Amino acid sequence: MTASIIKLETTATDHHIARMAALAMGLSMLEAAIPSPLPGVKPGLANIFTLIVLTRYGWRMAAWVSLLRVLAGSLLMGSFLTPGFFLSVSGALCSITILGISQYLPARWFGPVTHSIFGAFAHVAGQLLLVYFWLIPHTGLAYLIPIFATAALLFGTVNGLIAAHYLNAPNTGSETPKLTG
Amino acid sequence: MLSLAPIKIGDWIVLLLGALGITWITITLWQGGAADKAIIRSSGKIFSEVPLSRNQIISVPGPLGISQIAIHNRQARIAADPSPRQYCVHQGWLKQAGEIAICLPNQVSVELSGKGKRYDSLNY
Repeated sequence: MTASIIKLETTATDHHIARMAALAMGLSMLEAAIPSPLPGVKPGLANIFTLIVLTRYGWRMAAWVSLLRVLAGSLLMGSFLTPGFFLSVSGALCSITILGISQYLPARWFGPVTHSIFGAFAHVAGQLLLVYFWLIPHTGLAYLIPIFATAALLFGTVNGLIAAHYLNAPNTGSETPKLTG
Repeated sequence: MLSLAPIKIGDWIVLLLGALGITWITITLWQGGAADKAIIRSSGKIFSEVPLSRNQIISVPGPLGISQIAIHNRQARIAADPSPRQYCVHQGWLKQAGEIAICLPNQVSVELSGKGKRYDSLNY
């Protein structure tokens, strides 16, 4: 039997995606320690990175970072293939789809805050739809929509502000930001 | 400190529309349907169903004595009850469909019902 080495060709873009996804995962981990009054209501801090990547490097990379973060994050948390994982996936897919549309809004008037709010609403919508069609097919679920929507607007705005603040900061390079801090 | 500089005009509009949308959806979804009748139960059986349109006081017998249920101005409450802790009396006026006051010791309850029945608890 011969030893074989499989070498994957990776590009600088791949490394950057991995780095950003890793940072986003770090924030997910931190956030998991924050107690939540209602399952599903979370700040979604990791999406700050999705927003930064979206603004700096475009939608394709943002989608990679977002989905990789969900996948690898679930492996770290031990929630891979649990209902929570599928909820994250459906939320992330909806969110990234909406971001794909909202990115075409004129950048002169719409910044990361707008994208963040749209993404947050889409995230909650995606999760609630999956919950309705898969876990709890009951119209009583509608009763929870205002709570989730309020949380989405609040945390969407906060995350958008943080991303906008970071993107506006004068001390960061425009092409390859040092995000090791 | 975060400055407000990164917020652009469009962001404010989205924020405002989002807040308005949430207000609207909350009002729509959380409005308990208007109640139109009170269901009074004694010892688990329906004692009577009365419309809220007429003001009246109904006396309901229970194991401990008589509970008095008052209906006034499209609202209902338990006005008097022989139960020792008076929880159901302290609950006050019931206004929306789905609200219920229960006097456990005297086994009397009054529940408002409307067209759309609301949920008093959700589990998941």
